[in-house]
Amino acid sequence: MTTTTPADAPAPGSGPAPGEVVLDASGVTMRFGGLTAVRNVNLDVHAGEIVGLIGPNGAGKTTFFNCLTGLYIPTEGTVRYKGTVLPHRSHLVTQAGIARTFQNIRLFANMTVLENVLVGRHTRTHEGLFSALIRGPRFRRAEQESEERAMELLRFTGLQDKREHLARNLPYGEQRKLEIARALASEPGLLLLDEPTAGMTAVETTATRELVLAVREQGTAVLVIEHDMRFIFNLCDRVAVLVQGEKLVEGTPETVQRDERVVAAYLGTPFEGEPGEAEAAEVQAAEEADTPGAQHGQQEGKTD
Amino acid sequence: MTTQHTTGTPAPGEAATTAPHTSTAGPPPLPLNPDPHTSRKLGRILIGAGAVVSFASTMLPWTWTSAFPGDLTIAMYPAGLQLLTLAAAVLTAAVLLATAGVRGLRWLTPGGKHSTLLLLTVGNLATTWYTAAAIAVELGGIVNFEPGMWIAVAGTALAVVGALALPTDLPPDPSASSTSSAAGTDERPGSWQRLRHALKAPAPGTAAPLPGWAEIVVICAACAIGLYVFAYGIEAEDGPPFIGFLVLAAFVFPALARAGLPKRLSVLAGRNRNTTLAAAFVAALLFPITQSNEAYTNIAVSVLIFATVALGLNMVVGLAGILDLGYVAFLGVGAYTAALVSGAETSSLGIHVPFWAAVLIGAAVALVFGLVIGFPSLRLHGDYLAIVTLGFGEIFRISVQNLDGDSGPNITNGPNGIPNIPDLKIFGFDLGQPHTILGFELGRFANYYLLMLVFTAIVVTVFRRSDDSRIGRAWIAIREDETAARAMGVNAFRLKLMAFALGATLAGMAGTVLAHVEFSVTPESYKFVHTAPPNSAFLLIAVILGGMGTVSGPLIGAALLYLIPAKLQFMADYQLLLFGIALILLMRFRPEGLIADRRKQLEFHETGQLDTPKAATPGLGKTEA
Repeated sequence: MTTTTPADAPAPGSGPAPGEVVLDASGVTMRFGGLTAVRNVNLDVHAGEIVGLIGPNGAGKTTFFNCLTGLYIPTEGTVRYKGTVLPHRSHLVTQAGIARTFQNIRLFANMTVLENVLVGRHTRTHEGLFSALIRGPRFRRAEQESEERAMELLRFTGLQDKREHLARNLPYGEQRKLEIARALASEPGLLLLDEPTAGMTAVETTATRELVLAVREQGTAVLVIEHDMRFIFNLCDRVAVLVQGEKLVEGTPETVQRDERVVAAYLGTPFEGEPGEAEAAEVQAAEEADTPGAQHGQQEGKTD
Repeated sequence: MTTQHTTGTPAPGEAATTAPHTSTAGPPPLPLNPDPHTSRKLGRILIGAGAVVSFASTMLPWTWTSAFPGDLTIAMYPAGLQLLTLAAAVLTAAVLLATAGVRGLRWLTPGGKHSTLLLLTVGNLATTWYTAAAIAVELGGIVNFEPGMWIAVAGTALAVVGALALPTDLPPDPSASSTSSAAGTDERPGSWQRLRHALKAPAPGTAAPLPGWAEIVVICAACAIGLYVFAYGIEAEDGPPFIGFLVLAAFVFPALARAGLPKRLSVLAGRNRNTTLAAAFVAALLFPITQSNEAYTNIAVSVLIFATVALGLNMVVGLAGILDLGYVAFLGVGAYTAALVSGAETSSLGIHVPFWAAVLIGAAVALVFGLVIGFPSLRLHGDYLAIVTLGFGEIFRISVQNLDGDSGPNITNGPNGIPNIPDLKIFGFDLGQPHTILGFELGRFANYYLLMLVFTAIVVTVFRRSDDSRIGRAWIAIREDETAARAMGVNAFRLKLMAFALGATLAGMAGTVLAHVEFSVTPESYKFVHTAPPNSAFLLIAVILGGMGTVSGPLIGAALLYLIPAKLQFMADYQLLLFGIALILLMRFRPEGLIADRRKQLEFHETGQLDTPKAATPGLGKTEA
């Protein structure tokens, strides 16, 4: 089963017109022994786009993410970022311009908020050990610039007042935000968010949505995994559905929402010979015709 | 209830203790009187009297014979262990006056007051009673006590009773009382709980800002006190005087911590980092001129080498989180390299290069070893890495043992090692000969001590500067979560190799000095575990004991770890056992080490609260400094 909706078709109406292809994953397959977690998935993300990746639990979304970011080496297929094939080392992927967050928050718990973001700057600064030991003016300038940039990101995510707090002491929602700030510090062209609103309240979810939209405004494309359908359908320009390691559908939120197979994947298919509405009404009428006993309600519940 | 006695000390106000009291401010551990105010007053009088009595007792002879170490026989001349009691009495009196609000002394107790007094008086009691016990044991019976000793025993007991009568610093813990009332027997917590509660103290508030010069003066004074305490410890005679010193130190430091002085000091030090470092360096520089005995400067230079190597290990373990159990091998590489190129007669190379070249060669060879060992082993993690580094450490020792001409080429002279390494001459200054500088005589070991101090300063600088940089942050990130660090673009393998090699280089550098100080190098000095430092296990203990990731932690940890075995030779058989016990206790009660960086403190002691850092908190606001 592959796509039925043309994948390269521009999303109608919503969002800015897509630019160049930022991410181009073609034929990505990941096998763990006999288990195929991801099978022949094609996905591309254009500049300035927010793409959602949904699917039931265990569909292989996070595995696919790990294949994109070099944590796993895909068994087959290639991943291109702006036309160049990505190496299978996660720090090189980050250097190339893809940053990510994790499904279960992986901050540097015992570093301060500011230090966390500064670590995110690692690939964009180049001061080595010797310049750190000598501390020339160039080193100082680079450190200062890094700090200014980090503070900018903290202001962007609203964490500027907590710069000296330990990451582990932040409330949950702010930890998620800090993870995004840390990822943004590497100045990515594509940001991968793995369930950014898991465990959040409605208010926090809305704030995260605003944040992701603001990230897009800054010119970073976003690929987001999420289970919160309202969040996904309100946010994304395009949504891809992954079921049992394969891409089922891809298209605009409306297309996906209306697709029967997606509903089936989440809720299950109706079985053959399921009683239709007419039959149900018939049964109900028959029951009402009978003298209703004490168990009437229960029986009705069973019939439904 | 009769559970109100917390110690076995005789309580003069015994009758009063049975009286019930209904004070809502929380019962003091040992109420001398039902009325808290009277009890408080009485307690203070008792402490004051106890301090004065124990002070006076040090002016009297404690025993009749000078056979007991320290000569405690002379009236009006406190010596040896008497000095400790004297110091504790003076400190108690000062804190007592400070809690009474005497002007000019109030800075002594910004945090806890009564808990400080309690610990100080108990410390005085422990030291003094230990002295009494030591006299009784060494000289055979309490018949050897002079009246002064009895007075001291009584005076310290009096002060402890007084301190127990004071109310606690903190209001009673509601959770503790609720658990005991849940037991249904008593509304008030048991004596043990109340003693523990009495030892809790509030954190000091923010200090009023001092003028800049005053801060520097305070830092210098603290360094001077540190120097004096260290010099006293190193000079204390083996056996009872040193144990007494340890006992007192074990009480006085927690007491001062409760008073909040270390916290205040660390805030000051955080504000004036460079001044603090300079003052500490000067204090260390002045150490040899306080010493006249070569034996003590010998210990000091060994402590310094050990501490420097521990600090190098701290970079590997504390910053990058690489558990290296074979670190002493790099010290050995440096020492052997220096021995080979420094013109020792038995050296198989038979060349003699100047010292600076020997240092560079030693460091370079250690660097190469670090890279060669690190390259394959740093692909492993956790336990596996620890085992592999342990293996490499032993491989070094055994290889050196076998490169003796029989089993392999003769390079290291096998188990005999390379003896008779000549003394260093730097710019015509022979470090082997005593010199008189500015009227102070500096012996051989004092010369090497000063040389080693330069290397320690280098390692401290390297540590601080690399810690506070892009590289150091990446190291800490790897330690915290390697996968996340890699996902943030950190080349984890390369950076770990860098930390490993840098640590090896620093150890190799220290090794070049070690070879000259000890005259000879033998493979047996570089074991994984041994009863005396330096060995890999002790180095690691020094780092953990002192506090991982800090500069001063490993230095202090190494000093303690070296001094204690060196001073307690007679306990050599039980040394490892005692270290084991001490480590277990430390890990139970203070897992972050003696000197904790704030990060570690928060890590181990979950407060359940968000931390609210002040401006210039030491160890954290590094990027601003």
